[in-house]
Amino acid sequence: MSVLAYTENWDGKFKKLSYELVSYAKAIAENLNTETVVASIGAVEEEELKKLGNYGADKVVAAKDEKLKNLANQPYAKTLAQIAEKENATVLVFAHNFTGKAVAPRVSVKLKAGLAAGVTEPPSSYDPFIIKRKVFTNKAFANVKINSDKKILTLFQNSFEIKETENKASIEEFTPELTDADFRTEVKEVNKVTGKILLTDAEIVVSGGRGMKGPEKWENLEKLAEVLGAATACSRPVSDEGWRPHEEHVGQTGKIVAPNLYIALGISGAIQHLGGVSSSKTIVAINTDKDAPIFESADYGIVGDVHKVLPQLIEAIKEVKAEG
Amino acid sequence: MKILLCISNVPDTTTKIRFKDDNKEFDASGVQWIINPWDELALTRALELKEGSGGKIEKISVALVGDKSTEPTIRKALAIGADDAFRIDSEPKDSYYVANQLKELAKDFDIVMCGIESADYTSSAVGGMLSEMLEWPSVSSVSSLEIEGDEVKIRREIDGGQEVVSAELPFVAIVQKGIALEPRIPAMRGIMMARKKPLNVVEPIQADVLTAYESFELPPPKADVKLVDEENVKELVELLKNEAKAI
Ligand SMILES: Cc1cc2nc3c(=O)[nH]c(=O)nc-3n(C[C@H](O)[C@H](O)[C@H](O)COP(=O)(O)OP(=O)(O)OC[C@H]3O[C@@H](n4cnc5c(N)ncnc54)[C@H](O)[C@@H]3O)c2cc1C
Repeated sequence: MSVLAYTENWDGKFKKLSYELVSYAKAIAENLNTETVVASIGAVEEEELKKLGNYGADKVVAAKDEKLKNLANQPYAKTLAQIAEKENATVLVFAHNFTGKAVAPRVSVKLKAGLAAGVTEPPSSYDPFIIKRKVFTNKAFANVKINSDKKILTLFQNSFEIKETENKASIEEFTPELTDADFRTEVKEVNKVTGKILLTDAEIVVSGGRGMKGPEKWENLEKLAEVLGAATACSRPVSDEGWRPHEEHVGQTGKIVAPNLYIALGISGAIQHLGGVSSSKTIVAINTDKDAPIFESADYGIVGDVHKVLPQLIEAIKEVKAEG
Repeated sequence: MKILLCISNVPDTTTKIRFKDDNKEFDASGVQWIINPWDELALTRALELKEGSGGKIEKISVALVGDKSTEPTIRKALAIGADDAFRIDSEPKDSYYVANQLKELAKDFDIVMCGIESADYTSSAVGGMLSEMLEWPSVSSVSSLEIEGDEVKIRREIDGGQEVVSAELPFVAIVQKGIALEPRIPAMRGIMMARKKPLNVVEPIQADVLTAYESFELPPPKADVKLVDEENVKELVELLKNEAKAI
């Protein structure tokens, strides 16, 4: 028996998200009194693979097939199902991100394993297997029971604390059995975002709404993001109007983020917007309208004009940072 | 070429979520039901593709797993422009069950489109499960889809960037924001025509259900916001540093 986590890599490197997944899988494995196995796909150096052991991986299984360089849903799912069978995994853990959403449902069918998507904590009970997950676009939680022998979970980002452990990981290479029929999609072009903090990785997100008043008024918002080491985001109308790129759109129909700090500038706090940001640990709102719904979800707020507040905020943060 | 849209019937996005029977069930009283927003965008894109295909795309169908109460949502999809519809007459018990119900129907199509998630149980699973049951390729988080000759050119979002992907037919496209700009609104003529379009009711097949909802919870109420005077921005920064430990 084992608990298997799949950690994707970014140009051969793991991220905080990867370690969060391993820590989470480890917590479940401890409860089940079993091993934590981590699967990796693609070219990752031994030294990087070994790092997964710092967070509880007992064994790392690395599939390095050149054809698996880019994410392809079908062969990735097949590879992971083969690893799961070889390791006799009873619980599989994925991230609740684009990759997890692409692959986990396919693996679920291959293994006939019930899927609980968007979980935020370990199961509340193992027999029966009951786990809490987000539903209704993050407006509520459900306690879902998985009835199949094997279970698949996708973990909502930033919901489980990373724990370091003594490194006991062994590393093993794995050659998946794949045929040409598994490769019926072809990646023609990859455009990676570089030199910017990714919205979904960011500890702090600075976000602008229609109250910013126009695309030419983003300079101070960007400056604030820079002094905080934050990623920038926006509300839907802002991206619809083309003031900001679509990748920045957060909310129910955009990206879901859960940073430590979310700063909403000139955002009214519509229910669809909150669906994508309400899991943030601390929310700050700056808005001229004291009755704006965003203040009901915010922890801290200033009722005022964002363009008057921003320069002062930047200065005050610089001062605090300088104090250390 | 034929395209199938798998749609789901979900509470309007402004719905205040409530539960009943000791939090065992979703309280649907007073809820407005709509086509899941991503599915509506997918349908819009499918119609654009058909219109630009010079007759190459013969038909756009929609399929929904649900009881009779979902028919207004299906009629709306027909009014927007789908040619015909299938309602598989069953409760959508879980993603695995729903994907099984759609499988037989999907086999007759070249492209199956699903939304990246449904606004109710938000599992992001039906499209992926369906593709695996069909043993078809799937491309997920699709933000644009073009058909050039026999090739399908897709833009998909990945964690940390974008990819351009080509896919062989048949395949499943799991779509998200960007696939179409705005959902198409049914015109009067569309609404009239929708009444005459075929809405086929299909008996469900026997299929397993792997998960069950035991109970629901709402997030704990949030403490009141702490307001700081706009002349005193420094205080906000102090609070963020010392109290929230967020910076
Ligand atoms: C199906 C559906 C899905 C949706 N999905 C999303 C989604 O994913 N994400 C999303 O964001 N929205 C989404 N929306 C849209 C949502 O309903 C709101 O329309 C949108 O979030 C509002 O954006 P906003 O807050 O930027 O603009 P507004 O609602 O116009 O708010 C602007 C705010 O700025 C304030 N303001 C004005 N001037 C200033 C100033 N000088 N200083 C400070 N404050 C100022 C105003 O008081 C106001 O509160 C969706 C809608 C639907 C129907």
